[in-house]
Amino acid sequence: MSKKVSRRKFLVRGGLGTLGVLAVGTYVFRNPMRRKLYSMVESTVPPYSGEGTDPNLWFEITKDNRVVLHSPKVEMGQGTFTSLAQMTADELDVDLEQVQVIAAATATGIVDRLSTGGSLSVASLWEPLREMAATMREMIKIEAAKKMGVLAESLSTENGVVSGGGKTMTYAKVVEGVDEWEEPNTPVLKSMKDYKFIGKPIPRIDLEAKVFGAPIFGMDAQLPEMVYATVIRPEQVGAKFLSANTSAAEQMPGVLKIVQIDNWVGVIASSQAQALAARKKVKVIWDVPKKWTEEDIREMITVGSGDEMMIQKSGSALDTDSADVTSITFKSPIGAHAQLEPNGAVAQVEGDKVTVILSTQVVGITQKEVARALNLDVENVNIIPSFLGGGFGRRLNTNHAVQAAKMSRAVGKPVKYFFTRKEEFQHDMFRPPTHHIMKGKLNDKGLLEGLEHHFASGSVAIGSVLLPEMIHGVLGVDIGAIRGGRIQYSGIPNIRAVQWHKSLPFATSWWRSLGLLANTFAIESFMDEMALKAEKSPIAFRLSQIADTEEGNRLKEVIKVAAEKAAYSDEVINGRAMGFAASTDAGAPCAQVVEVSIENKQIKVHKVTCVLDCGIAVNPDQVKAQCEGSIIMGMSAAMHERMTLRDGELYPIIYGPYQMALMKHAPKEIEVHLIQGVDTPLPVGEPPLGPIGAAVANAVRRLTGERLTELPLRMED
Amino acid sequence: MKIKFTINEVSQSVDIEDQNTPLLWVIRDMLNLKGTKFGCGKAACGACTIMIDGNAIRSCSYPVQLADSKSITTIEGLGTPENLHPVQQAWIEEVVPQCGYCQPGFMMATAALLAKNPTPTDDDIDKSISNVCRCATYYRMRKAIHRAAALTAKDTNENMSYE
Ligand code: FES
Ligand code: FES
Repeated sequence: MSKKVSRRKFLVRGGLGTLGVLAVGTYVFRNPMRRKLYSMVESTVPPYSGEGTDPNLWFEITKDNRVVLHSPKVEMGQGTFTSLAQMTADELDVDLEQVQVIAAATATGIVDRLSTGGSLSVASLWEPLREMAATMREMIKIEAAKKMGVLAESLSTENGVVSGGGKTMTYAKVVEGVDEWEEPNTPVLKSMKDYKFIGKPIPRIDLEAKVFGAPIFGMDAQLPEMVYATVIRPEQVGAKFLSANTSAAEQMPGVLKIVQIDNWVGVIASSQAQALAARKKVKVIWDVPKKWTEEDIREMITVGSGDEMMIQKSGSALDTDSADVTSITFKSPIGAHAQLEPNGAVAQVEGDKVTVILSTQVVGITQKEVARALNLDVENVNIIPSFLGGGFGRRLNTNHAVQAAKMSRAVGKPVKYFFTRKEEFQHDMFRPPTHHIMKGKLNDKGLLEGLEHHFASGSVAIGSVLLPEMIHGVLGVDIGAIRGGRIQYSGIPNIRAVQWHKSLPFATSWWRSLGLLANTFAIESFMDEMALKAEKSPIAFRLSQIADTEEGNRLKEVIKVAAEKAAYSDEVINGRAMGFAASTDAGAPCAQVVEVSIENKQIKVHKVTCVLDCGIAVNPDQVKAQCEGSIIMGMSAAMHERMTLRDGELYPIIYGPYQMALMKHAPKEIEVHLIQGVDTPLPVGEPPLGPIGAAVANAVRRLTGERLTELPLRMED
Repeated sequence: MKIKFTINEVSQSVDIEDQNTPLLWVIRDMLNLKGTKFGCGKAACGACTIMIDGNAIRSCSYPVQLADSKSITTIEGLGTPENLHPVQQAWIEEVVPQCGYCQPGFMMATAALLAKNPTPTDDDIDKSISNVCRCATYYRMRKAIHRAAALTAKDTNENMSYE
């Protein structure tokens, strides 16, 4: 049954082109899916959260018979655009070559009102996008039937062409001139075996742009008559702006204007170099109430200090005074995002209209922030998201768009403004430091009778623009910091996981995989220690303490497969030892085995075997790429990176001193095995970051007898 | 001050007040070639790597005046989809990029390495490729560097057989 829809709701029109974002073509608006609301449950995939009321734009059929998908999610390296293209092509019956994906701008498409994050893009669009593409295909058939004078039921579609009754017509011809559409009931989706692209290792569709250096990033945006700006930020943690003397800076070459707005100073000049040179001459007086030290921070982030919340409880608590309870303390440091493309924005204010081009994970939120700050209607603010030069959670807050817009309004020209690298390091929204106390007790069979994880962390989700204040009040926990903090060994009778939270004097927030890396480091290092104490293989020790639930069985499977594929052994062979760890994040269990040696007191990782149950892998090659990247980024965080406080400032302020994994540290062998334990796609961009820190520490323990308990992992001199 | 150089085989002359302006900004903002990236401005990340007279140079820390009468290659001049440079071909075949922001710098550093050392060992790669990739695509990059070396060798052999 087809039903008639109104022209208003289902508009097709040409020429929406603004700033060259859209080619002239035909646009299909579709009233959207009404799946909404962010589910807070850690183990489920929150549904896609696009707006439910506006006429929404997803697909555009161009005159040359191509399909442009205006993606509600942005591309930051995770490969989402490629997977979305595969899903579109398969249900819309076009060739992959015919599909182009661009990030939707707020003026011309729908954007996710929440964010691109949590590794959820493909998982959350899996159903809505395929349904939308299938619906569009059926709509095209209905119109084609009219134009071709044949029954819709007799038509078939392939490669963007409708055929039937001995005739053919391209999609572009079909949609031409149609301004009123019939919307069919949502068609039944094809079965997996009929997909030509989904499930195949298709090369990324953005490869060419990225290999030839196309200007696709926020940093590359340029508008006519654009000028350059820089904003002065304090070096000291907790400093408050008092006043600024800008007279010397105003005399510098190229300076167009120096603005003092709210409590910040912006220098606007004809070129980037001139803006940076002039900024050095601005004298700002800061109020620094306190010189924060590393010890202050460590004291704040200590189990027993701050707000307490039990996040997991079964059986009874361990008697801590008992001599047979083992307890080990673990720590992780402050971490920086260090994404390669600095934060920034190109903004243009013309009368009551604003355009901002930038790399952001929060397109919709940034639009609201700019509108509020400039006192404009939201519809007058167009946010055009570019490709992101890395996200990792850093761009879940991009309110610097507001500063760029305010400076553009002040100078009357488009303004480009971005952070210096020092500002990136000192004004990051860091991964918070953590402190963990693990406790466990073995029974006479050498299995855990009780296991407890008590952990303290600075904020991840609390205070974020993504979550209203009330949610923290309702849940009582930091839903970011607890990621990976629960104990996955459901067969243990007595379990406790307790979170302690405190806010720090500098911003901390979402960092790829949130609490997962540090929490897994503590829990899985401790599990390894208990296995050694029980004189059991770390594999068998784990397997025998996981309950036979669906989740438990999927976890057991990745553990078994990883042990088997890596031929896990407790022996040290030729100076190399293996280390094992596993974690479950967002419903995707992952196990890793590493092979490690120590050369000149440096821990060297030679090989990593990774097994991930990611459900359906829409693009197995890109899932593997996410595993490889997570593993090496996880190694970087677990073995090299650390921000500290020095003279009241966050330090280091540059790559190099901020040590990271480089080519020479990357393992020469990474073997990824994917398991499909459920029949939907699961998050893949973060779960593989869980086990790596613990796996390396566990290998070092076997190699040297030493239990490393602090990240970054380092051998003592 | 007028400075003349060749960039991607085209002669250019730029008029610039401050001759210490980093070459990076001249390339990006004056010549509008955006493939060369800014990452740190302190020669610490390699995102801005270009080739000057065949050497890998971090252009963020290279005063424009030093480029006078030299020959510059940026990612835009390395190869085209029709005429792939072996490094770009290898990068495509190994599906290296994730976010892609660091990639031009790595490809330029690799092209310069291969020009001097056509068959680098893993050790050579570790020593000479010191750029930063936050997406941590190093595993595929290493494979791509070896592949690019093999492609270059193949090209050379084929060319020789025509002689
Ligand atoms: S921008 Fe030149 S090395 Fe980082
Ligand atoms: S691909 Fe993202 S920084 Fe290298």
